[in-house]
Amino acid sequence: MFDSLEQALALAQEKQISLGELALQKETERGTRTRAEIEAGLRRALGVMRDARARGLTGEVRSVSGLVGGDAHKVANSPRGPLHGTVFSEALAGALAVQEVNAAMGVIVAAPTAGAAGVLPGVLLALADRAQASEAAMVRALAAAGLIGAVIAQRASLSGAEGGCQAETGAAAAMAAAAGVELLGGTNAEADGAVGLAMQGTLGLVCDPVGGFVEVPCVFRNATAASIALAGIEMALAGVRIPIPTDEIIDAMAEIGRTMDVRYRETAGGGLAATPTGRRLARGRLGPVRGG
Amino acid sequence: MVSLLDIIGPVMVGPSSSHTAGACRIGLLTRALCGGTPERALIELHGSFAKTGEGHGTDRALVGGLQGFQPDDGRLRDALELAATTGMQVTFATTKLRDVHPNTARLTVERDGQQVIVVGSSLGGGRIAVCEIDGLAVDLSGEYPTLVIVALDQPGTLAAITAELAADGVNVASVRVSRNRPGGVALHLYELDGLPIPEVVALLAELPAVRTVRLLEQVS
Repeated sequence: MFDSLEQALALAQEKQISLGELALQKETERGTRTRAEIEAGLRRALGVMRDARARGLTGEVRSVSGLVGGDAHKVANSPRGPLHGTVFSEALAGALAVQEVNAAMGVIVAAPTAGAAGVLPGVLLALADRAQASEAAMVRALAAAGLIGAVIAQRASLSGAEGGCQAETGAAAAMAAAAGVELLGGTNAEADGAVGLAMQGTLGLVCDPVGGFVEVPCVFRNATAASIALAGIEMALAGVRIPIPTDEIIDAMAEIGRTMDVRYRETAGGGLAATPTGRRLARGRLGPVRGG
Repeated sequence: MVSLLDIIGPVMVGPSSSHTAGACRIGLLTRALCGGTPERALIELHGSFAKTGEGHGTDRALVGGLQGFQPDDGRLRDALELAATTGMQVTFATTKLRDVHPNTARLTVERDGQQVIVVGSSLGGGRIAVCEIDGLAVDLSGEYPTLVIVALDQPGTLAAITAELAADGVNVASVRVSRNRPGGVALHLYELDGLPIPEVVALLAELPAVRTVRLLEQVS
């Protein structure tokens, strides 16, 4: 779609349109789908995101191994946290909810991956609820997120096996940051700023799933990534900028991913997966496929 | 080039695009190769599929695919139970295959007295490759409509097949022919840019060297 965010920002500036609108136009130019089909695809994604969040928030969802589930409901209903009742808390609960549904073999939207599927709906739906955003505005916000993901895919990676969790929940946080600014009517410069501020907070993040399964810490990491996206949005809309261009931050992520030890790239060989308890949980709860 | 709906998507049953969505697609392609839901299936899991298959629902996804469920079908979670209620016999085993991707399964399926053995790998992001059919090396992605033709290894067979396709205006995106031995049985795979009309498929089946023709629709 674009080789650099700089290139996308320049074109959006020239056309005087938002990043989301630019992404929709660029995707239409490919010629494989009409604009209406692309928007319908994104609306379907929104519907799946809403359904997954609603299902996760019931608290009835348990993962295949039984290790995770029910936590979204706790966050949504506990009055004890300092952020209870805020959009921040709602985004955390939403991210947990969708990722719990993923771990339970429910239907989700990989955004950009299944393992990071909670971040974008967590942030986007919480903000949209508050702002009473239109479906069209949410579609544009999703498109903006897609543009950011496409640039990261082009310059770095969206795979935990290649780049660690910075490439999955980190990329999802960057995408959610852009979507949030677009939804709230911020400028493209602010969206760019939010992406950079979110990404710097996840650089170096390893992929260390217990037992190799998309459960611990993935479910919680989706929630913390959502919080990082919101931090990026909050700072960027206040005028904060990190003085490193976003493309260079993405390149830094690629460099870190390339040199990251294989133990931290989805192999369950290091980090939380290799802790004594991580190893015990992997042995006790989950096993190879049984015969018969 | 990556598309917007690849980044915001696909819609799929979790938890893993490689271990769940990809496994489902391997099941779907195998189902297409045997012409429908098999009556019996032996599923041998290799590498990461064997090691972490259960927690990722790989077993359920493969069996769901064999029953024709798509990667976004919520029934995947209950695919083993659903197979049991319809009388499909499924056996699982682990195996070690040589020179294959870590996420690989070998499926031996039977339907209407015919057996097909398929080796398929999940390459990541839900993309797959079938690398072996009945012991013959192939490379099949399922991203295109594909003609799978078993024919005698005779001169002119390829030309006769492509001539029929050309007459129907169907463009061939890729072609691969492999055989067990010179003059033996050859497996032809034609990945196509469009679907040939049924009459053309029937004509192909009547070519002298051709034993069987199977048209696989895109597995997406």
